[in-house]
Amino acid sequence: MQVQTETPWRLDHIIIPLILFLGFCAGMAEWARSPDWRMVVQGWTFAGCMAVIGAWYMWMYSGRVPDDESGPYCDTVVKAGVVAAMFWGIAGMLVGVIIALQLSFPNLFYFPDLAWTNFGRLRPLHTSAVIFAFGGNVLIATSFYVVQRTCKARLWGGSLPWFVFWGYNTFILLAGTGYLLGITQAREYAEPEWYADIWLTIVWVCYLLTFLGAIMKRKEPHIYVANWFYLAFIVTIAVLHIVNNLAMPVSLLGSKSYSLFSGVQDALIQWWYGHNAVGFFLTAGFLGIVYYFIPKRAQRPVYSYRLSIIHFWSLIFIYIWAGPHHLLFTALPEWVQTLGMTFSIILWMPSWGGMINGLMTLSGAWDKLRTDPVLRMLVVSVAFYGMATFEGPVMSIKTVNALSHYTNWTIGHVHSGALGWVGYVSFGAIYCLVPWLWKKKLYSNALVEWHFWISTLGIVLYITSMWVAGIMQGLMWRAYNDYGFLEYSFVEVVQAMHPYYIIRAIGGAMYLAGTLVMAFNLWRTVSNGAPEISLPKDMIAEPAQ
Amino acid sequence: METWTFDEVLAFAQSWGAVYFTLMFVVVLIYAFWPKNQPGFQRAKNIPLDDEGA
Repeated sequence: MQVQTETPWRLDHIIIPLILFLGFCAGMAEWARSPDWRMVVQGWTFAGCMAVIGAWYMWMYSGRVPDDESGPYCDTVVKAGVVAAMFWGIAGMLVGVIIALQLSFPNLFYFPDLAWTNFGRLRPLHTSAVIFAFGGNVLIATSFYVVQRTCKARLWGGSLPWFVFWGYNTFILLAGTGYLLGITQAREYAEPEWYADIWLTIVWVCYLLTFLGAIMKRKEPHIYVANWFYLAFIVTIAVLHIVNNLAMPVSLLGSKSYSLFSGVQDALIQWWYGHNAVGFFLTAGFLGIVYYFIPKRAQRPVYSYRLSIIHFWSLIFIYIWAGPHHLLFTALPEWVQTLGMTFSIILWMPSWGGMINGLMTLSGAWDKLRTDPVLRMLVVSVAFYGMATFEGPVMSIKTVNALSHYTNWTIGHVHSGALGWVGYVSFGAIYCLVPWLWKKKLYSNALVEWHFWISTLGIVLYITSMWVAGIMQGLMWRAYNDYGFLEYSFVEVVQAMHPYYIIRAIGGAMYLAGTLVMAFNLWRTVSNGAPEISLPKDMIAEPAQ
Repeated sequence: METWTFDEVLAFAQSWGAVYFTLMFVVVLIYAFWPKNQPGFQRAKNIPLDDEGA
């Protein structure tokens, strides 16, 4: 039993309670003073979160050394991240199925008296829940796990990793409930208003510090490539988030703010942010997972370390310029549109370089795909990465974009990346992490097989229906009759898409069903799975090679 | 002080930008293929497999 004796003076024990206290006061001030009832709710939510986190901190330090400060690595916070990711993943995917049904059956799922159920409020709830709540928790958890293992060092800052976890999830809660209340600054993937943005900035700086701190005190001379991707993700998201959210609130007691930029500059900043949320949040971060979890799971080093270096530098240098392809045929100067398109096409190279590197890691171990559904999930995710990063540049070509833009083709493209690439690589990593962290054998491999096949079928239904719907939609919009009039009215196009919307909703529901199977499997693993029997390395039989 | 017009800035960015990017890429290639770096990379690629903490 460990007894806490003389506690050394620690900065995190002063700074974090101070942040929580000031946050609590700010929340209470909104609650007490704001004339806008929605801000009252937000203030109450925020103050409540600060109080809960504060109480949790006191409980964690009540007369004992927390688990994360006694073992070699901070792993309990990784466990918390995995649980949060599964919770938000199911919530976000469920909202996705609901809004897919709203589009399919607008008469059944439209409630004029309940404003918060409107598609316009649920749609950002879905996107933020799956990208930032699910994806973000996966990235925080895996980055914490990977950086400690590959640097052989603990996360920096004592309880700072826990503050990152709680603070980030507070941001998610604040943002999500804000959307339901109708609070949005109407910037795609950056909908949260100024106060939530300030909070995320504080949390993100702490994330950078705790991650960078582990790298600084590493016992391994080389910084493994996965950490480069994670670090690029953290640093770039910080820059993107701050610049895109430069805004002036109308009042400290109100939610509304105005952007520092206006007109086409504002649009360009937004899509510089928006596309790099894809490039650095949904790509660079998850490539960190690929470079650690695939070699680890396959028990083979990455195919080419040289290629990983070239992959990294060319990816981060090129991605940052691709944003203008979201603004083709707008008021954006022509040459900037061409620049965005050109860089998007050049992106093929690093993307496919990375895909080849991930897939070829399996060379000589392809047979494992037959027996290990978790590895299969990871490898299929890399295949989807290759497919989505092939499709994206094609869609950024102006002539293709003239057909695809504003249609369901875009939705199909996004979901082949989101469900196939980001979803699968996250599921694969979590299936690895849970047995490793809880030191239990995975409850059922058969259920992983079920998850894999149900969700794969779901993805196929989703993306093929959206391809057909999108191309049809684009062609119908541009069809002219003999007299030079538009052939179809808008509502005729909507009507034509109805069957594809239903197929999409079915595909999405199957994907959600797979995630529920996964949650059940993980819950059984943790609650009553058999303990993992760990043999010394030399006792594990190696197959002849 | 001499001021540049929008078009001059544009021309500079469009030409020297390409040169800068190409040079950066060449530097990355040199680093990745430099023979002295190879033993380090060989060791580095095994880092995930070495840790026993899993």
